[in-house]
Amino acid sequence: MGDVAICVENLGKQYRIGQRKRYNALRDALSEAVYTPFRWLSQFVNGQSAISNEQSNGIIWALKDVSFEVKRGEVVGIIGPNGAGKSTLLKILARITEPTEGYADIYGKVGSLLEVGIGFHSELTGKENIYLSGAILGMKKAEIDRRFDEIVAFSEVERFLDTPVKHYSSGMYVRLAFAVAAHLEPEILIVDEVLAVGDAAFQKKCLGKMGDVAREGRTVLFVSHSMAAITRLCERAILIKEGRILEDGPSHRVVSLYLSSGIGTTAERIWPDRNKSPQGEIVRLYAVRVRSEEGHIIDAVDIRQPLRVEMEYEVLKAGYALMPHFAFYNEEGVLAFVSHDLDPAWRRRPRPKGLYVSTVWIPGNLLSEGMFFVHAGLDTIDPVIPQFDECDAVAFQVIDNFDGDSARADYAGDMGGIVRPMLKWTTQSRLNEFKVGDL
Amino acid sequence: MYNERFFDTKDSKEAVTLGMLPPLTIRPSRGWVSLRLKDLWEYRELLYFLVWRDMKVRYKQTVLGVTWAILQPFMTMVVFSIFFGKLAKVPSDGIPYPIFVYCALLPWQLFANALTASGNSLVSNQGLITKVYFPRLVIPISVVLAGLVDFGISLLVLLGMMFYYGIVPTTAVLVLPFIILFAIATALAVGLWLSALNVKYRDVHYTIPFLTQFWLFVTPVAYPSSLVPEAWRILYGLNPMAGVVEGFRWALLGKAGGVGMLMTVSVLAVTILLFGGLLYFRRMERTFADIV
Repeated sequence: MGDVAICVENLGKQYRIGQRKRYNALRDALSEAVYTPFRWLSQFVNGQSAISNEQSNGIIWALKDVSFEVKRGEVVGIIGPNGAGKSTLLKILARITEPTEGYADIYGKVGSLLEVGIGFHSELTGKENIYLSGAILGMKKAEIDRRFDEIVAFSEVERFLDTPVKHYSSGMYVRLAFAVAAHLEPEILIVDEVLAVGDAAFQKKCLGKMGDVAREGRTVLFVSHSMAAITRLCERAILIKEGRILEDGPSHRVVSLYLSSGIGTTAERIWPDRNKSPQGEIVRLYAVRVRSEEGHIIDAVDIRQPLRVEMEYEVLKAGYALMPHFAFYNEEGVLAFVSHDLDPAWRRRPRPKGLYVSTVWIPGNLLSEGMFFVHAGLDTIDPVIPQFDECDAVAFQVIDNFDGDSARADYAGDMGGIVRPMLKWTTQSRLNEFKVGDL
Repeated sequence: MYNERFFDTKDSKEAVTLGMLPPLTIRPSRGWVSLRLKDLWEYRELLYFLVWRDMKVRYKQTVLGVTWAILQPFMTMVVFSIFFGKLAKVPSDGIPYPIFVYCALLPWQLFANALTASGNSLVSNQGLITKVYFPRLVIPISVVLAGLVDFGISLLVLLGMMFYYGIVPTTAVLVLPFIILFAIATALAVGLWLSALNVKYRDVHYTIPFLTQFWLFVTPVAYPSSLVPEAWRILYGLNPMAGVVEGFRWALLGKAGGVGMLMTVSVLAVTILLFGGLLYFRRMERTFADIV
């Protein structure tokens, strides 16, 4: 078998804006049919070209001139801002929609996972939904039979298998849905932002499962907004913007290009909508920001300068002691450290309702150079009730210039490492007549 | 980790030519396309599961449950028997009017329900259509097949009525499965057109109830087709449900004169309608996900 899994050539997808309307009425089509000849006539008389007519009709290219190739066993991340055409690309490769031009050759059985819980029916039980959803995702019944126990174990809902899923909590629902999807065994797996669901522990489990899939040598195309997930899972990433490929290469390079170009995750995230912000019953997250020592919002910091990261949150229910924390991941997805709030002002004290800002100060010369992704979390203590755990809430870049006064000293190459502290060095010398061990 | 060879296209072009399996090529399709019924066969298990789902959830959260499958044709039969049979004295080819009308109501309701369900099927399954690939034909076919359960249940009532009226079916009953198949084909033929049109024009959704009501009157359910003048019989057969209903009566009750001509015309009409529906459906299929 050849070693190419997917070969995409000049793929393009055109939408007429009108096509995206919720629905057309027959009336429109009829009036269109009546008027079209007249329009042609007027165009002919006025000498207008058909092209200008196209433009006035609002034609947009969701994808244009996209070409790339994926080898067998490669795990490729696709990143880009919202509306860049990532999902359109996946939908074409998953055969849900047709391209307008170009072609894609696919070598092997494709499984696509564009949403968690496709085909779930709320009236059916967990067990019935495993079969239904499995069949819809392209599994054979024998295959589902064989993997049934595995799926159930992964989902952690054994006890509720005979309960209609409409009585499930949203967490259980998502776990079951993902469990089915995770046990698909296609040669090529196409995954859209499906990991952005469920609680943090389950997300971790899903990421682990994705990692397993990749290690088994299957080809994976993976769209995500989580740069940490992309760098952790994919060796290669493709950056798409406005329907075109902007960059294609090693994922850490593409990710940092994406982030530094200011089209990706930012140094400030605000959730103005009460209903959409990460939240628990007691606290909701309002904003996360990266600031310089002086208080400016910054997305890049000199390695020698301190910076601070703050979370602004609203206490909805009084009477709980809270423990905000941040976790810092580098662009390979490695956890650098976690830090908990230990400011005595509110530590272990029940808080009244209101808005709070908790800030962590990170000294200069601590983090290594590169991108860092900040996860913002908050639990109550005593009892511990997790409130939110927002992955990749903000990101910032640490820059190490060659000024000679950082831990880099006079070395200009790639140093690696998660931290790059300035440590004390001493070099003693005895220049005349020495013996080893004298110092 | 990352390997420079990813961009070595020369290498991979060779691999493509050496590859053993022909690739699946995704490209814009132009003009009329093939029916790809083989593709449909590969997804037969999905078809099975969708039929199974529709059957499972059909009477969920109802008090009467599956009794509805009997109640609907039964109550209609009672009303028709009183008003058309007793009061209007509509002839019934010498068969007791209640069983005459009930026998026609079964294939009619199979058809009407399948038509309504399949006409709306793509729109009500848009969550699937926009998120996962499978031959879209599976959807209207599955809802039509799911309707067979209701049909089967009400058929049992019919057998009870035949026993009550002492009607013994002749050998013509052997044709019954084909007549049922014919009823399904008719519903599917119309359902394919409507479901594909409904994706783009939601007017269809509002047309369907009117259409089935209108269609009931031009179908010999409450009256025998023998009321239609001989000269118009062939034209009347262009309504395939005329053939289905009369064929059904003939197969079970054995007493309907001159069904042959009517049936032939109806079968022809359905064949054309079904084939056209399949082609139209396949042609529209490529844009379903974009406009549904």
